[in-house]
Amino acid sequence: MLVALILLPLLPAALSLVLPWYQLRSWLLPATGAAHLGLVLLLVSGAPPTPNPWIGLDALSRLVLLVTSLLFLGCAFYAVDYLAMRRDRGNRVMVPCLLVFLSAMTLAISARHLGLLWVAVETTTLVSAPLIYFNRNRLSIEATWKYLLLCSVGIALALLGMMFVAYSALGGGEPASLHLDWLLMQAPGLSRPWLHAGFVFLLVGFGTKMGLAPLHSWKPDAYGEAPALVGALLAGGLTSVAFLAILRAVQIMAAAGDVHIARQALVGLGLLSLVLAAVFMVRQPDIKRMLAYSSVEHMGILALGVGIGGLATFGALLHLINNALTKGCLFLTAGNIQRAFASKHLSEVRGALSVLPLSGGLFLAGFLAITGAPPFGPFLSEFTILRGLFAADRPLIAAAFLVLLAVIFIGMGATVLAATQGEAGEPPGRFKDRLLLVAPPLIMLLLVLGLGLYLPEPLRQLLEAGAHLLEVRS
Amino acid sequence: MSDVNSVILLVVILLNFFTLGSARLVACIRAVALQGALLALLPVTVHGLSGHSLILALGALTLKGLFIPWLLLRAIREVRIRREMEPLIGLVPTLFLGVLATVAAFLFADRLPLLLEHQEGLLVPASLATMLTGFLLLMTRRKAITQVVGYLILENGIFVFGVLLSTAMPLVVEAGVLLDLLVAVFVMGIVLNQINREFATINTERLSALKE
Repeated sequence: MLVALILLPLLPAALSLVLPWYQLRSWLLPATGAAHLGLVLLLVSGAPPTPNPWIGLDALSRLVLLVTSLLFLGCAFYAVDYLAMRRDRGNRVMVPCLLVFLSAMTLAISARHLGLLWVAVETTTLVSAPLIYFNRNRLSIEATWKYLLLCSVGIALALLGMMFVAYSALGGGEPASLHLDWLLMQAPGLSRPWLHAGFVFLLVGFGTKMGLAPLHSWKPDAYGEAPALVGALLAGGLTSVAFLAILRAVQIMAAAGDVHIARQALVGLGLLSLVLAAVFMVRQPDIKRMLAYSSVEHMGILALGVGIGGLATFGALLHLINNALTKGCLFLTAGNIQRAFASKHLSEVRGALSVLPLSGGLFLAGFLAITGAPPFGPFLSEFTILRGLFAADRPLIAAAFLVLLAVIFIGMGATVLAATQGEAGEPPGRFKDRLLLVAPPLIMLLLVLGLGLYLPEPLRQLLEAGAHLLEVRS
Repeated sequence: MSDVNSVILLVVILLNFFTLGSARLVACIRAVALQGALLALLPVTVHGLSGHSLILALGALTLKGLFIPWLLLRAIREVRIRREMEPLIGLVPTLFLGVLATVAAFLFADRLPLLLEHQEGLLVPASLATMLTGFLLLMTRRKAITQVVGYLILENGIFVFGVLLSTAMPLVVEAGVLLDLLVAVFVMGIVLNQINREFATINTERLSALKE
């Protein structure tokens, strides 16, 4: 079943290479996305599949799988109208790359072997590079080159980290293996220095992919130049997948009884990400680059939450869902605004609310959601992390967290309000809100709103089971 | 066999210095090809002849020694460049940094808690030195193609370390790693071509419109 889920997008991807009809090719995306989500729902709610040393689902991967699949479906519907609008650019590369991207992310999420995980994450880098290069101009090629080079080097370091972990298992007499379950079982006997070095390299490697500061430098360029739906998928989906890879490393450290080292590293990187995001978000005149820094910020929050542990881990996992869906809403509506004004720079984007009441309104609401205004989901998850900080008796970090969130709120608010409020200067182009360009972000935002008001019991259990996996087992 | 290993690894380290000090791109790529081909021998010389090590060796030889360098040489021919002019730091200082990195790698490897059977050989220090060389090239060169060469040398260093563990890594994963490397270089090659078409040069310094 899980294998079918991984292979599912590949068939339409192959089909899209030979189909001669433009519109039909675009519709392959939502069709595949819907089938994918349907299968995911079956898998997530169903009984645990037969254990397999290579692929499998635990609470953490169920969570990320659900989020990624949901986000992909939304972006897939958006893509239909988006690609129809940009016929000059074509969809012969976009559609198959998006589908293979979905397959690679699914494989990365369900991998139970570090090597397989590595291969899948590297594949996501390679198939997303053409997506970033969609606009085929100077800026997008620069962004693509930086993305490709930095993420490839990062992922090479993760490979080294994986090898260090494998080396730490060599002394045990048994032949070493990189199967996660085997490593978790053997963890107490692993050679400590190698394990620790391995963790650092895994953190740096997958942290590059996730965009934790100071390894985030590809992010503003890539998110700024990629089409909106690609930005949404990278910021909500791929970063969650990379985070899951880091969580696997944390799991091994926890099983080895060394989780405090892992946590300190995560708290450090998390705080640094928040600080850097705050610095660059103030007076950011480019709305998509601003969203990229917001993504750096929220990756920092995730790392911080898991780094504190306990209740904060629960909050971080909840925040993963909220961040992915809200980022989806923000990127997609920012894309609409960029189409309407033919710019994403504040010097030209004014009064988005009056020109595009729906997209502009959703963008504004998405901004309120992502900065943690009640009653949206991120408020609840950030508040849970804050409670976790106090529960863990880290008041200084809690204070820093609050101050940084406030600075980011003000910085981001200045840009968003300037873009949405006021009168539109010149008569903008012929762009109008269309159903498929507005409905997906609207639904994502409604989901986030729902999560802020009510946390369904099965989801709560899933989050708790996930958080439990990251605790020290006694 | 350990003598053969040491000779191979010493040549690998010398090739590191050669790429750091050379201003000619074609020579750099040939050096990387030679390095890859030599490294491909390691699985056999370290673990002895077996189906597993043979396949790994053949895969690495084909990709690292032949196919990827061929791709790069073709890319240079298409964009008509021969020399790495003006590196960010001069060639002599980079060479000096390379020497420092290699010394550091040897000192560091001495202090690592290695298993008994790995303490004598050059595998670990050579691997670290090669990785650092790759990093140096990545950081100090302007041309996109030299950065790809740096990435390849970095991967070569990781490959050397991987030889220590090839029992732990099933063939499937190794094949995946090699394949990903190939595709990575392939995609980089395509991007390189586009950079060239767009900027009429593959100097990454021109790639600086995006910044804060």
